[in-house]
Amino acid sequence: MNARYLLCAAAVATAAIAFAQEAKFELKPGPGRDLVMGNCAVCHSLDYIQGNSPFMTRQVWDAEVTKMIKAYGAPVPAESVPAIVDYLTANYGVATPAK
Amino acid sequence: MDRRSFVLAGSGATFLSLDWRRALAAGLPSGAIESGVLEALPGKAPLIKRSYRPPNYETPVDLFDSAITPNRAFFVRWHLANIPNVDAASWRLKVGGAAAATPAEYSLDELKRGFENVEVTAVCQCSGSRRGLSDPHVPGVEWGYGAVGNARWKGVRLRDVLNKAGVKKEAIEIAFDGADRGVLPATPDFQKSIPTWKALDENTLLAWEMNGEPLPHLNGAPLRVIVPGWTATYWMKMLTSIEALDKPLNTFWMNTAYRVPKGKFAFADRFLTQESDASTPITEMVVNSIITNIQDGQKIAVGQDADVRGIAWDGGYGIRSVDVSADGGRNWTAAELGPDLGRYSFRTWRYAFRPAKPGDYPVMARATNRQGSTQTAELIFNPPGYHNNVMQRIVLVAA
Repeated sequence: MNARYLLCAAAVATAAIAFAQEAKFELKPGPGRDLVMGNCAVCHSLDYIQGNSPFMTRQVWDAEVTKMIKAYGAPVPAESVPAIVDYLTANYGVATPAK
Repeated sequence: MDRRSFVLAGSGATFLSLDWRRALAAGLPSGAIESGVLEALPGKAPLIKRSYRPPNYETPVDLFDSAITPNRAFFVRWHLANIPNVDAASWRLKVGGAAAATPAEYSLDELKRGFENVEVTAVCQCSGSRRGLSDPHVPGVEWGYGAVGNARWKGVRLRDVLNKAGVKKEAIEIAFDGADRGVLPATPDFQKSIPTWKALDENTLLAWEMNGEPLPHLNGAPLRVIVPGWTATYWMKMLTSIEALDKPLNTFWMNTAYRVPKGKFAFADRFLTQESDASTPITEMVVNSIITNIQDGQKIAVGQDADVRGIAWDGGYGIRSVDVSADGGRNWTAAELGPDLGRYSFRTWRYAFRPAKPGDYPVMARATNRQGSTQTAELIFNPPGYHNNVMQRIVLVAA
């Protein structure tokens, strides 16, 4: 889903600048990447994921995705959540918490 | 931000020494270091990007080398990505709510001419500034030291506007809404409230000017709330609505976000109408300082004065002293404090020492406010990553 189409005409000079720049960052390739891009880039640039790495376990990434859905209203299909969390953990997470 | 880790990470070298790992572990997550590129937004100097959309950019520490943070160096922080360009001429502020007897609407001009114009110099600090340095790391915007700034804010007293609106005795909170919105209708709009007593404080302003210039778009033009001493979450940008409420504001942004565990931090200002059994809203800033002119590993000369400079601030009681150590905290000397610009402002300080022999000189700074509160040696950990005021430790190397 292309987030550009969701923005209303009156707003967006600030967002337009952001869109032009955020393309500089690309998520690491891997299974589930398309799901993450399609669901997460609607509301925010994907560098939020990069910044929050690599210290989060699967449990913490799962809680973050759940927060996006429950608190912020992200319309992520329930069947997509495991693959999204798998991708985030594998590419931007850790297996066990840091000591 | 841990500059040495930034330099090492960016060099492409694979340092596996214990020092590098410890420095990195003591600093930002490596993903935040990679993500933290310098970018210049319109009207801004190059700032450290934490996120593009919505924009979250922090001030590089060397731009804090004065009491007042220039507008172009001031940090940028937005929760939601739909940030409209506001036309100041057609913008209106609505003042009302269930506990206001005489609602009103103002243009910017009407606000400026209708009430006494006042100015306050106050630190605006993101609640989560320094979150990236939390150990262990916690999710969120992984700020370094720079989500903070000090400015002269000019506007009108919120108190005067509320008095005109006939705020009733039933008003327990004053709520703010700004023009920014989430991309999706389902995303809760960013709204905040403060207790009525804080809203009626003579220093709580509605400001249109920052350091003698109109507010930059990215810092909340045409009008924002100024809540001196309290963290910036309450400093609503692009203000469009003020409501006097007779019951607590009920929103994710008050009930869940921006809360600290009860009893964990000592502070006087409590937001009683929003407290729960376990948590309470963040209010006053904790006393804090930033060393602004030296980097970890920097070389200095034996037998010559080494100059250490910085800034200090707190939740509005004022800075009593800044003590500096050049031997990792064994011995402390009072730094010379700069001019007092008021209890809500940054206070500059400087300290010079002469290294007698070669070796490492771990410099630490410790600010104390007029309440006697001081910085901590160890982090008071909390999951949201707020109130980080651990003393910095920057090692100078004399040769």
